[in-house]
Amino acid sequence: MVIYLDNNATTRIDPAVLDAMLPYLSELYGNPSSMHSFGGQVGAAIQDAREQVAALLGAEDTEIIFNSCGSEGNNTAIQAALAAQPEKRHIVTTAVEHPAILSVCKLLEKKGYRVTYLSVDGRGQLDLMELEAAMTGGTALVTTMYANNETGVIFPVEQVGAIAKEYGASFHVDAVQAVGKVPIDLSTSAIDLLTLSGHKLHAPKGVGALYVRKGFRFRPFLLGGHQERGRRAGTHNVPGIVALGKAAELAQSHLGNVKREAELRDMLEYGILATIPDTSVNGGGTTRLPNTVNIGFKYIEGEAILFMLNKHGICASSGSACTSGSLDPSHVLTAMGLPYTILHGSIRFSLSRYTTEADVREVLSVMPGIVDRLRALSPFNNDQADWLQERDVALAH
Amino acid sequence: MWEYTDKVLDLFYNPVNQGTIEPAAEPGVAVVFGEVGSIACGDALRLHLKIKEDQEKILDARFQTFGCTSAIASSSALTEIIKGKTLDQALQITNHDIADFLGGLPEAKMHCSVMGQEALEAAIYKYRGIAVADHDDDDEGTLICKCYGVTEPRIKRVIRDNHLTTVEQVTNYVKAGGGCSSCLADIEDLIAEVQQELAVAAVAVKTAIAEEQGSRGAGEQVVTAAPPLPSAVAPLPLPILTNIQKITLIQQVLDSEIRPLLIADGGDVQLHDVEGDRVLVKLQGACGSCASSNATLKYAIEAKLKDLVLPTLVVQEVGG
Repeated sequence: MVIYLDNNATTRIDPAVLDAMLPYLSELYGNPSSMHSFGGQVGAAIQDAREQVAALLGAEDTEIIFNSCGSEGNNTAIQAALAAQPEKRHIVTTAVEHPAILSVCKLLEKKGYRVTYLSVDGRGQLDLMELEAAMTGGTALVTTMYANNETGVIFPVEQVGAIAKEYGASFHVDAVQAVGKVPIDLSTSAIDLLTLSGHKLHAPKGVGALYVRKGFRFRPFLLGGHQERGRRAGTHNVPGIVALGKAAELAQSHLGNVKREAELRDMLEYGILATIPDTSVNGGGTTRLPNTVNIGFKYIEGEAILFMLNKHGICASSGSACTSGSLDPSHVLTAMGLPYTILHGSIRFSLSRYTTEADVREVLSVMPGIVDRLRALSPFNNDQADWLQERDVALAH
Repeated sequence: MWEYTDKVLDLFYNPVNQGTIEPAAEPGVAVVFGEVGSIACGDALRLHLKIKEDQEKILDARFQTFGCTSAIASSSALTEIIKGKTLDQALQITNHDIADFLGGLPEAKMHCSVMGQEALEAAIYKYRGIAVADHDDDDEGTLICKCYGVTEPRIKRVIRDNHLTTVEQVTNYVKAGGGCSSCLADIEDLIAEVQQELAVAAVAVKTAIAEEQGSRGAGEQVVTAAPPLPSAVAPLPLPILTNIQKITLIQQVLDSEIRPLLIADGGDVQLHDVEGDRVLVKLQGACGSCASSNATLKYAIEAKLKDLVLPTLVVQEVGG
């Protein structure tokens, strides 16, 4: 029995989604681009999926381009925005973006683009004044996430978009974590480009979509066939697309019940804070996704907590250095300026519509014991320990 | 998810010898502790030893660890290994012994075993009143990795003990270079230095053996105990080239590495001039007529030249 509280990493496929996609893995194997009705019926299914995804976003069906994943969406969006205004050489993004944005920006810097990485405050929130100050007439693109994958913190994207428009910049939003969790209406939005990923909303891995606002001068990233109106070459991942459509439809109907998820999240959050001393919520005090909570457990290390949780069949994740395989803790929590006592001991729990009250109760029942055990092993138990801050000076670069 | 051995998981879920040791009440018994790491680094170990003074024997060992699964398991393993050993025996223990005791550690987690070995050393040195080199003063302890506070002696030691040959390995073992990465070149130099030292030492051993064999006469067989030589890596300082040398080298690389490929595709490249670090080239034939491929080609040529001649070179195309 697994208690799965790692839904920001990936989600289980909804059984109805699986049912919808299965025929396209067996008898309905036609190519939607073919000129016969056997392939044509598959084309119709893709059109249905496009309408389902568009409906979830308040978009038109022609504004949806199916692709393979969130990373592809983000890469495509950045390149498209730069190609749309080639004379502009400045990009504004934030310090807490997903690597699929940050790595592209780092590369573009090497190619002569100037990139501004907006900072976040201790709650993980943006400062719109800083954005305003960074903007110039030469800014080609503003790209921010809708909600942060680690903390769930929601950015004020419409306000960001309004500022981007003021300066004539394109506005891209990585909404991989937000779609299906918060209502999004692109019909009245400043957003030009928006990335979403199937496996974060109970569709399978390997399918995603990029929203491109009607009228945006989009140049394709992947060249080849004429699929997706010539905007994304490559034979359609038909089962994946059908699944994403169904998942979008279910997500839309589920948006009304998201309050229940938030209540369970709050129960988990308050329960941990109430029963375990020296804990705090990373990204607390600002708007967050209803399903996410990131908690810092002082004086112990995240990977050790995860392995303890794993023994109880509980899946969560951590931004600690040891978890990632790199030596640095999460760039998101680091950008928030959190102290090392918290940075290395942070755990993210992310719920879904499948999370039950029993799941939360189980976590609440084992968590205090796990923390006690690891704290008993730790040489640290307060912030004043003499060797605690030893390397802070060297590290504060 | 990390692939930990059963032994690692067992010692993590059921650690032995955790905690502290009360100050000794009995005469002739000392209690000390040594510590490495910090909360900033993400792992730290405080190792407590109970030592019988006349025999310098470790009667008991306990640990307190802030760190991941393998850090806790490594600490617990260390205490098991050293109990009952004399201090001199304990000082012979390397991080490898700890990793072996655990049935191995993932490469990226080897630093956990190094932390154990270092805490042991710190505790014993403390007991013996030997000052451990501080990382940011004297020449002996030059700080190489500022992010993780790793000194030159520590890096050289881990290279030597584990026969490390790449910077990535050094990062896995002692974290050095894993932060801002500005010391990667320094680490590369240290690897070359250690390998040179090892090579010299090996030659010295061979010579000594040869001399000994010579003096003993041909009748006796002597088994050589020289350690296997790690593959030699030449140090890579930025070469200082005269203009003529630079141009010759660039021409050589163009002729041998780049032109054959272009000619095969119906194109060619000619060296037009070299001004400082600017390499001016003329693209011809099939590639010369295609504007979009020229940019790609320019980067490809530049990458090759940067790699094989000088990292500061830039390529520019001239018309004609």
